[in-house]
Amino acid sequence: MLENPYATNPNAASKNPPTEGFVENLGVHDLVRRSATASLPPPTRQLAPVAKLIDISKCIGCKACQSACIEWNDTVPEIEKNVGTYMNPHDLTPEMFTLMRFAEWVNPENDNLEWLIRKDGCMHCADPGCLKACPSPGAIVQYSNGIVDFIHENCIGCGYCIKGCPFNIPRVSKKDHRAYKCTLCSDRVAVGQGPACAKACPTQAIVFGTKDDMKKHAEGRIADLKSRGFEKAGLYDPQGVGGTHVMYVLPHADKPSIYSDLPDDPKISPVVIAWKGVTKTVGLTAMGFAAAAAVLHGLFARANRVKAEDDEGAKKLLDGERK
Amino acid sequence: MSEITPIEPGDAILPGNPPTVSRYRLGTRVNHWIGAVAMVLLVLSGLSMFHPSLFFLSAIFGGGQITRSLHPWFGVILVLSFIALFMQFWRLNFWNRSDIAWTAHFGDLMAGHEEKMPEVGKYNAGQKFIFWAMALLILAMFCSGIVIWDRYFEHLTSIPTQRLALLSHAVCATLIILVLILHVSAGVWVRGSFDAMIRGWVTAGWAWRHHRKWFRRLADEANRQTGPAE
Repeated sequence: MLENPYATNPNAASKNPPTEGFVENLGVHDLVRRSATASLPPPTRQLAPVAKLIDISKCIGCKACQSACIEWNDTVPEIEKNVGTYMNPHDLTPEMFTLMRFAEWVNPENDNLEWLIRKDGCMHCADPGCLKACPSPGAIVQYSNGIVDFIHENCIGCGYCIKGCPFNIPRVSKKDHRAYKCTLCSDRVAVGQGPACAKACPTQAIVFGTKDDMKKHAEGRIADLKSRGFEKAGLYDPQGVGGTHVMYVLPHADKPSIYSDLPDDPKISPVVIAWKGVTKTVGLTAMGFAAAAAVLHGLFARANRVKAEDDEGAKKLLDGERK
Repeated sequence: MSEITPIEPGDAILPGNPPTVSRYRLGTRVNHWIGAVAMVLLVLSGLSMFHPSLFFLSAIFGGGQITRSLHPWFGVILVLSFIALFMQFWRLNFWNRSDIAWTAHFGDLMAGHEEKMPEVGKYNAGQKFIFWAMALLILAMFCSGIVIWDRYFEHLTSIPTQRLALLSHAVCATLIILVLILHVSAGVWVRGSFDAMIRGWVTAGWAWRHHRKWFRRLADEANRQTGPAE
């Protein structure tokens, strides 16, 4: 097996894979965050941050990405009923990690009907709310290349990640009670390959590479869109979650929410921060002190015992009643 | 005495030498301990999800997955048990004026001068506080717990609501554990209290010392039923 030259410096997904076998090159030594873990040894190296760039203006809604995702991850999404939308299934599920969301939007400036198609899925936040909320050590990890991954054998199925996520992405399976979402094909990236969706995209609306390269690529796309009259075209890399490792080129970047409720300014909810922060620290301290005080009191305080005069008093009362 | 001190069914002075006082009936005691066991299981399983440093507690139940699935069911057992307990106890736990006087003398109690305390009925102000705190916190934990019981109720509420439920579940959990610690410590400190909840009866001296009004009423009752002795 050869050392993998691509994992440390990944190239675009369209590149053909090398034919030699490679050692998996993304492991525990690359973790920068691990859920419910106080002391994580620092990573032994810094991988180049990766990103998937989704250019909404180039997407034709063919769902090849969904098919590729199902294929690679070997999931079996339920077959549902057509309710009058191209969106299928009707939401992200534990078996469907990415979903084309279709929105019809009338541009108020020119009265044009625009068909907005957004590939929904995990954004791989630099500051992941799911990981912050997770109570199970090692069930959610973040690698130094930016990929946020669920380690299913450590998942307890509580669904806290769903509450922590600002994008409403994770889904807990009713079959095995574990949470699932897009892995950014961490298993493919580990051997120098781009995500399956990017590989399958026929228009290269989905591209993959280092985050720097993807930002550069986006600049070109945005300049092109602006020259075509999309003056507000821009990159969606929301800083409220520290930036993301899945980014969009949006023709109307001033209004992310028109793209099937893409959050305008996503950030981890202050309720989640209060819950996982001050509540746990203050709560644990208070309980610890109270328990210690109770034990000390139980051991050393003089017990409140019935005294002879109490027995006497009771006897007198009872005798008095009888007389 | 102008007001008649209320008692609960089954409360009675049992003649004998020394005389004893029956305080909690068998059903009450069994139910109390079902609730207590459920509470301990809830605390252990809940704490494992409360803080990473306590995650090891999930091993008691056989791992995180099973802890997560059992925890809400322990809650259901506790709620059912507490409803039964509430129905029996709520009347005698109403707050009244003498409870204010008792609370004002709380320092004397802790200093070991219980004789300076005003006489109390079956429950003193401290016990009433624990009763109502438990009732309110169990209600709050049940409501917030349902909201975050994803297996069955995931789609009943929105995610922002579920976040608030998680926060209040954690805050109430902290408070109820503090109340629980207080409850157990008081039971340990006041010798004879455990006996009341285990074997069901206390000594006449214990009733005289801690719940004199209640004891007087029971003595009156005994007297009225049997008639004054010759």
